[in-house]
Amino acid sequence: MINIVNLHAEVEEKKILKGLNLNVKAGEIHAIMGPNGSGKSTLASILAGKEDYTVTAGNVEFDGKDLLELSTEDRARQGLFLAFQYPIEIPGVSNVNFLKSALNEIREYRGEEQISAKDFLALVKEKSALVELDSKLASRSVNEGFSGGEKKRNEIFQMAMLNPKLAILDETDSGLDIDALRIVANGVNKLRSPKNAAIIITHYQRLLDYIIPDFVHVLYDGRIVKSGGKELALELEEKGYDWIKEELASNAE
Amino acid sequence: MENISKIQAFASKFKETNLAFTPTSIADAKNTLLHLDFPTTKTEFWKYTRLAKLAQLRLNQEKIRENEQVVAPLTDNGIVRITNGYITSFSKEIAGLTITPFSKCSEQQLSLIGKKADLKQNIFLALNTLYSQEGLFIEVEENAQIEGVFQLLFHAHGENCFAPFRVFIHVKKGSAFKLIQQFTASGEHLFSLPIVEYLVEENARISCDKLQMENASSFLLCEDYSIQKRNSTVLLNTFSISGAWVRNNSSFLIEGENCETNLNGAYLLKDLQHLDNHTIVDHIAPHCNSNELYKGILSGKSTGVFNGKVFVRPNAQKISAFQSNANVLLSDDASVNSKPELEIYANDVKCSHGSTTGQLDENAVFYLRARGLSEKSARSLITQAFIAEVVDKVEQKEVRDFIKNKLVELHDWTN
Amino acid sequence: MSNYTETDLEKDLQDQEYKYGFVTNIESDKIPVGLNEDIIRLISSKKEEPNWMLDYRLKAFAVWQTMTEPEWGHVHYEKPKFDEIAYYSAPKQSKKYESWEDVDPEMKATMKKLGISMEEQMRLTGVAVDFVMDSVSVATSFKSKLSELGIIFCSFSEAVKEHPELVQKYMGTVIPTSDNFYAALNSAVFTDGSFCYIPKGVRCPMELSTYFRINEGGTGQFERTLVIADEGAYVSYLEGCTAPQRDENQLHAAVVELIALENAEIKYSTVQNWYPGDKNGLGGIYNFVTKRGICERKSKISWTQVETGSAVTWKYPSCILKGDYSIGEFYSVAVTNNYQQADTGTKMIHLGKNTKSTIISKGISAGKSQNSYRGLVQIHKNAKNARNFSQCDSLLMGDTCGAHTFPYIECKNPSAKIEHEATTSKIGEDQLFYCKQRGLSEEKAISLIVNGYCKEVLNQLPMEFAVEAQKLLAISLEGSVG
Repeated sequence: MINIVNLHAEVEEKKILKGLNLNVKAGEIHAIMGPNGSGKSTLASILAGKEDYTVTAGNVEFDGKDLLELSTEDRARQGLFLAFQYPIEIPGVSNVNFLKSALNEIREYRGEEQISAKDFLALVKEKSALVELDSKLASRSVNEGFSGGEKKRNEIFQMAMLNPKLAILDETDSGLDIDALRIVANGVNKLRSPKNAAIIITHYQRLLDYIIPDFVHVLYDGRIVKSGGKELALELEEKGYDWIKEELASNAE
Repeated sequence: MENISKIQAFASKFKETNLAFTPTSIADAKNTLLHLDFPTTKTEFWKYTRLAKLAQLRLNQEKIRENEQVVAPLTDNGIVRITNGYITSFSKEIAGLTITPFSKCSEQQLSLIGKKADLKQNIFLALNTLYSQEGLFIEVEENAQIEGVFQLLFHAHGENCFAPFRVFIHVKKGSAFKLIQQFTASGEHLFSLPIVEYLVEENARISCDKLQMENASSFLLCEDYSIQKRNSTVLLNTFSISGAWVRNNSSFLIEGENCETNLNGAYLLKDLQHLDNHTIVDHIAPHCNSNELYKGILSGKSTGVFNGKVFVRPNAQKISAFQSNANVLLSDDASVNSKPELEIYANDVKCSHGSTTGQLDENAVFYLRARGLSEKSARSLITQAFIAEVVDKVEQKEVRDFIKNKLVELHDWTN
Repeated sequence: MSNYTETDLEKDLQDQEYKYGFVTNIESDKIPVGLNEDIIRLISSKKEEPNWMLDYRLKAFAVWQTMTEPEWGHVHYEKPKFDEIAYYSAPKQSKKYESWEDVDPEMKATMKKLGISMEEQMRLTGVAVDFVMDSVSVATSFKSKLSELGIIFCSFSEAVKEHPELVQKYMGTVIPTSDNFYAALNSAVFTDGSFCYIPKGVRCPMELSTYFRINEGGTGQFERTLVIADEGAYVSYLEGCTAPQRDENQLHAAVVELIALENAEIKYSTVQNWYPGDKNGLGGIYNFVTKRGICERKSKISWTQVETGSAVTWKYPSCILKGDYSIGEFYSVAVTNNYQQADTGTKMIHLGKNTKSTIISKGISAGKSQNSYRGLVQIHKNAKNARNFSQCDSLLMGDTCGAHTFPYIECKNPSAKIEHEATTSKIGEDQLFYCKQRGLSEEKAISLIVNGYCKEVLNQLPMEFAVEAQKLLAISLEGSVG
């Protein structure tokens, strides 16, 4: 699905990613964990095409295409979805109108028919139920005046609506209470299929109790320094990140 | 007899300067006074301030050598006293600081004066240029961090006196300078016209507190012109505490990147006082911040004006500029005019302004009274709290305390 | 409203040039160019006016001659040459239209192109339309139905003849001839316009609408609108404007007076799409308009405007809140692109007690345009407990345009509460990125964000107008980014 090879990136001449490798196949869920400042959110932003970052080396293949050559919107249309860590407010633009426009542009790109109003409304109803999102929120302005939890649920709702091949969840769990966390996780689990994949960026092992990852990676200082199964997350939760740093230090000696 | 303009009649008894300003500036000043007259309220820049009463005065320039000593300095750091536009006492020597009367300035120093001020449009600048008998050039050496606060004490005294004076402050690279300008008056029909220019070089810093405390028959017109080079910081706080008629024209040109410009003002007006604050912040370089906070409380028949203008010129991207003006009217006959303006020609900017006018928060007054405070104390407490936001912008504690005490005394507040 | 967003917009965007730039081939009756007393007498006689109307014009002309063109606006343009304008141009007609069927087919075609096909409107929406081409009102629909309710909706000329007592009583009471240079000019040479009177206690059952169009070259349009809502009456009035594409600058100097008597309410909406000039700033309409309403006790006047057209706009729809408890509102979207210049805003004059005003202004500048908000909030001494809230936002697209805010806040009463806020910023990079991440193109993202930014104002418009306005916004901003 996505194959990241030796990715180097910087922002304002500060090196953030220093040779990151990651290969995600269809049907898999990968969790990326790591201490603050290790480059997790940078990775998400670069994959989505945010212009503030400069890729200095490496390449990313997404579904057989050179991802880094595509514009932000074409990446989205190819099926890459980013659930933002801080969802953006767009005053005056209703969620529904926003999604309908997005959905139709994606369909047009793929040479598909525009969705009918009836089908669209049915889809909204179905998918908002998935994340227990009050249908009133669907008609409100995008993220405006939403609580933190509502914003995150709205991200998953949008994901469900757009049905991406690869979803990147950037700290979607942070700041959520346990109920909201469960709802978000449920939403993600229901969307899981052998055809799509997800990268879950998180600080906490907690989310991984609800979304069982196939692989867990530790991102540290711009590189993936350790990979393992879901048990790695538990180990990290228990011991923190210091042991990894120590391990790295001793390996270096 | 040929008709002479109001401004010519007004200036008929003034003495032309002997100071070696550039010949063109003297010629320009003369020309301006020949062709322009006192502006009326039809002129946008003077829309809310009448000059008729000032224009009627017939003033002299009177040299007083003996200082009245009515003004006590706030600290015993460097002090220069200027009475009726003449230097009447001079500062002790301070390391890093060179203070020179204009008469002893080098040509190179004099050439810096009046560079960015538009003599052709401004009769007051012309009056100051043509009739200032003395001036002061303050130079802060490169990388000098001047300790304590330097004070300029402007005093007007006598009857029917005109007191123009010019100051140029050159804050050189990497230096820091703190200054107080105090304006007082004793006597009747006095018109003070001090103009201060600031040239703030790379990475330099100046803070200036203006304390305006003239009397009930005086006119005070202050003009400040500041030019900032890259990485420099300017802080100007203006406190208009007393004085019948006060007008401040403050103009800030920000030429270098990464500059910080902060203008704050507080005015507490009563009786027939009139105060007009005009500010211009002109961003021509990118990556700068400017902040303006002006707050006023008006009672009696006083009138207040705030007109702040922010320019962001083409290519001055990444500018953050904020302007805020808040007014409280305490009496039926007080009035206020507020005109916060933005002129923006660059797109990647964050600019905003806010203006509010209203009364004291009656809920807050009630709350305090319910806690046992008298109505008077409750009101004075809330009034003080309203102004405190500006007073707290002053960096020196002794100046803050001085302002607070002065206000308490003047407005009969319970402390 | 949401229906329009997809395919409609798409189509409109393909047709991004000014689509109202056609000329109608109708023979017109145009008088010689120039301005003097004889011309004014000629206009008055052509319109078969009573003497009092001619006197009014001549007095206004005398006042105008003593005045000079205002200079204070933040606009720069070559001053119109007033003696080179033809002040009267009417589509030639052999006789008065008795009914809609009598209207010249060319004229009908024009209206159709403008999207205001009258038959359709009559059938579907029930909006009563007055159509003013060049100087003369050519058709008013729904007249009989309205007259059953006692509502008078007709051309201004007709009102002068048929309802002189109303015209004489109210004309010039809100905007005196001496008010300003262009109002004085209008008072001297105006040729037609709309007149509307809603009697006591009547709620006008349909939107009243006037469509203004400048067709003839070398002319100006000077129309006058007078709307009177008698005690307890309600009316919603719509105004639309277009003009053909020409290289010359044409002058439009209108006067609109609104009178809301006790407990009355007038809602006045404008979608102004005069020809803005071409990409290089050649041609376009000078839109110098004086609009003002007066509110008696407990009445309300609400101005809503969407300004996308004109080369230069100079316009401040205002409210004089004379009566206690009266309310004034101003909702505005002003878009400038290419070399357009707009200096627009409002005046809220609070005279009565407990008067309230709201100002929401959204400016959008693109290209090399200059867009200024200029507004006055004035609280007079007796206006106890007056309230004002103003929000003036500016959005910048591209780095060669300007957005300016000039608010004047004057308060002479301590019980007043005035809040003014303004912001200037560019379209948020993070908003654009968010939209693009969801698969939207940049153009679409901008169109969505801009419509969202203007929503508070667009929501004030009647449905049909809101859709039109949204399309206009998208078309006006086409190509302004990237």
